[in-house]
Amino acid sequence: MGKETLEIRWHGRGGQGAVTASKMLAETALEEGKYFLGNPDYGAERMGAPIQAYTRISIHPIKLYCQITEPDVVLVLDSTLLDTVDVLEGLKEDGIVILNIPLPPAEARPKLSNYKGKLYTIDASGIAMDILGRNLPNVPMLGAVTKVTGVVSRNSMASVIRSRLGATMKEKVVEGNVTAFEKAYDNVLTE
Amino acid sequence: MSNVIQQVKGKVVALEGDYAIAEALRQINPDVMAAYPITPQTEIVQKFSEFYAEGVVDTEFVPVESEHAALSTCVGASAAGARAMTATCGAGLALMWEILWCASGLRLPIVMAVVNRSLSAPLNILTDQTDEMATRDAGWVQLYAESHQEAYDNIIQAVRIAEHPDVMLPTMCGMAGFVLGHALGQLELLPDEAVRKFVHIYHPHYSLLDTDCPVTFGAFDHWDYFFPHKRQQWEGLNNALRVIPEIGEEFGRLTGRYYGLVEPYMLDDAEVAIVIIGSAAGATRVAIDEMRAEGIKVGMLKVRCYRPFPADAIAEALQGRKAVAVLDRTSCMGGEGSPLFTEICSALYNRNIAMKIISYTYGLGGYDTIPEEFCQVYRNLLQIAQGGKIEPIHRFLSLPERGES
Repeated sequence: MGKETLEIRWHGRGGQGAVTASKMLAETALEEGKYFLGNPDYGAERMGAPIQAYTRISIHPIKLYCQITEPDVVLVLDSTLLDTVDVLEGLKEDGIVILNIPLPPAEARPKLSNYKGKLYTIDASGIAMDILGRNLPNVPMLGAVTKVTGVVSRNSMASVIRSRLGATMKEKVVEGNVTAFEKAYDNVLTE
Repeated sequence: MSNVIQQVKGKVVALEGDYAIAEALRQINPDVMAAYPITPQTEIVQKFSEFYAEGVVDTEFVPVESEHAALSTCVGASAAGARAMTATCGAGLALMWEILWCASGLRLPIVMAVVNRSLSAPLNILTDQTDEMATRDAGWVQLYAESHQEAYDNIIQAVRIAEHPDVMLPTMCGMAGFVLGHALGQLELLPDEAVRKFVHIYHPHYSLLDTDCPVTFGAFDHWDYFFPHKRQQWEGLNNALRVIPEIGEEFGRLTGRYYGLVEPYMLDDAEVAIVIIGSAAGATRVAIDEMRAEGIKVGMLKVRCYRPFPADAIAEALQGRKAVAVLDRTSCMGGEGSPLFTEICSALYNRNIAMKIISYTYGLGGYDTIPEEFCQVYRNLLQIAQGGKIEPIHRFLSLPERGES
């Protein structure tokens, strides 16, 4: 998006990997010589409860440790959140929304009442189910946000997915995640 | 010159604050680490236990049954001449209360990371500084970090401060839980060898295990010795006011990052200022940059060392300001204002420095504070500086005053 500082807010449910993804994106900024902070909003989270996480990436050192109240980018990992969470709260006028939903943006837009800004969609859950056999939309969402914002490069992001997940997961699962990332990168839908 | 320190180049990494602390502990490689896990400090203990299991530290790791036992273990180990460390937060620090005083009274240079967390009730696991500030009078040196880098750097310097022969007192290093502890941030890790050289080998003056020079720790002190011993302890703590900047200077020559007791930001020509401790200093800097861009002269004094209290440094830095707000992230209550505020008032009064000064409590239990709220504090201060109403002296940032909407 060409901004000096990009503030990204993640909306997901406990267990979908939003916190992990928010930190992987932040870590990728290090590879590209940028400054970053990946800070989850911890509370009494449990599996399935709505959660938020934040990623700041900047060409300047980051001093702010507070939550992101006026994001440039909102990522929604679970479209059922749209009924209960105001994901658009504070979104900048030139901000964008990336929504995990198996619909093109024009058909998804009515779910975001009165939203006039840029909307991208990606079937992140479908990609995860196809490749990983589980509804883990976080890594596909990394593909979408990498493609749409260009805040980090495709190669750096894939490399961090490999190293971060590779620390604890089997190679087959790690490669599955990289494949899911690449597929999402290539299949983001715009209006 | 034989004491020239070559600046070393570290490795820039992405780490959660807790893991940054764990890396510092690994590099220091203490003789004993005794700890009990508690949110949001758990990751420090978890990571260090991995280092122990992998054999990358020589430490005797003692997974105790409580925080009371953790600090008691450190007391025993330190009296035996070991370099002993621990980590805790919130309720865990509260459970250590009795032993905090034993550690300082026995002049044991234990280093403890405190991942600042509120004290229940209501039950809350998020950050404020109530846990650490409530131990204000326990005779420990207290440092606080603004960032991941400072959290890491403070632990390394704390070893030298605590073990300095003129201090010989336990030292705790505060870091915001979750906000820094669980957030992935950027910092430069020193080479292992540079850290080990900086903290060097600990040679205790007295040790229970030194059979050539047998000593007693923890003997009964009748009134004739107790009071003089406490006076010596007081002097040791005050000596840290000299030692902390000395160590900070030496650390600066090694790393390029210099540390003192307090750190001003845009303060020289500021008409009004905020005094603050810890991670929210960052949001204050952003607020200052925004207001300075509009030509408004505002500044900040960050307090790094809360114990011993750097009264001279604070008074000198604040002199000439027209109005000051002291922001405390603690629910230590019942004073005219919050603890840092009352102590700063005392420091200014005793030096005949007159200014308008108000107290804010902010950010309790993880309540988030954004730059705009600090801007509002500055706007209030500018009104007070121009003769506006100073009351109420004590306020709650982000919460409306009673009677207002």
